[in-house]
Amino acid sequence: MSISEFFHMGGYGLYVWGSFGVSALLMVLEPILLRNRRRAILQRIARLIRLNTEVRNES
Amino acid sequence: MSARLINWFKFSSPPAFYELAGKLVPWFSAVAVVLICVGLYMSFFVAPTDYKQGEGYRIIFVHVPAAWMSMFIYVVMALWSGIGLVFNTRLSAMMAQALAPTGAMFTFLALWTGAFWGKPMWGAWWVWDARLTSELILLFLYIGFIALQGAIDDNRRADRAGAILALVGVVNIPIIYYSVKWWNTLHQGASVSISKGSSMGEVMLITMLIMTLGFWAYSIAVALSRVRSIILERDRDTTWVSQLPEMQAR
Repeated sequence: MSISEFFHMGGYGLYVWGSFGVSALLMVLEPILLRNRRRAILQRIARLIRLNTEVRNES
Repeated sequence: MSARLINWFKFSSPPAFYELAGKLVPWFSAVAVVLICVGLYMSFFVAPTDYKQGEGYRIIFVHVPAAWMSMFIYVVMALWSGIGLVFNTRLSAMMAQALAPTGAMFTFLALWTGAFWGKPMWGAWWVWDARLTSELILLFLYIGFIALQGAIDDNRRADRAGAILALVGVVNIPIIYYSVKWWNTLHQGASVSISKGSSMGEVMLITMLIMTLGFWAYSIAVALSRVRSIILERDRDTTWVSQLPEMQAR
């Protein structure tokens, strides 16, 4: 089987790759979004902690 | 050690579960990557060409696992919601909340890959068939759950409202499952059934099961990782969060 035959999928290329492609895209995207979400909340908490210590030092 | 000696409720406390989930995520991620890679290899290079649908049938290897996960995740989400309502444990609602986006994604994928399979085989991207319609309702249930929880500011009230929606929506799951039996549908009947076993080729069946297990491990990894963020977001003002090792390093 050649590479072009493989991508052609016996005439079903668009449908097979449209299915597998979008599934792969979403299943890669979701972990990336989760990593960003974790980074954002860790940063936010770090800021909260800094803010609290500053308030405590001033008073 | 007998099960009675393990204090299961220990893990219903967010700090304990946060740590446990952190340890489990890498394992489930690794299992998911391995299984999905093996499953993909088998989908394209091992599974034989179908005598009727040619290469087009290979869509089954994402379509069926995605559809199974969409229903399974909903049942698990409803179970967590129920536990949350009965025992009033905060973590249960957070688990339900962590599962919803992944469930919605798999529902979308089931519909999407179904459309890409329906077009060449039936000649239509979409038909208002019982199976397709009930799966679409499942997607709306997931979206409704996420929207409802997001719309209520008070976490406790949001959890309760979401839990009730999730539990009521469970009715839809047997409707999806039996829709191909109860109504005359364009969608084919189950190739793999609990009562009758499988009617498909062995290699195809094994490939599908490997993909399903891979999606299953993926869902656990993603849900556990999401619940950790949810725990941090809700407990951001607590001492235990500020004393976490990942906060000390900053």
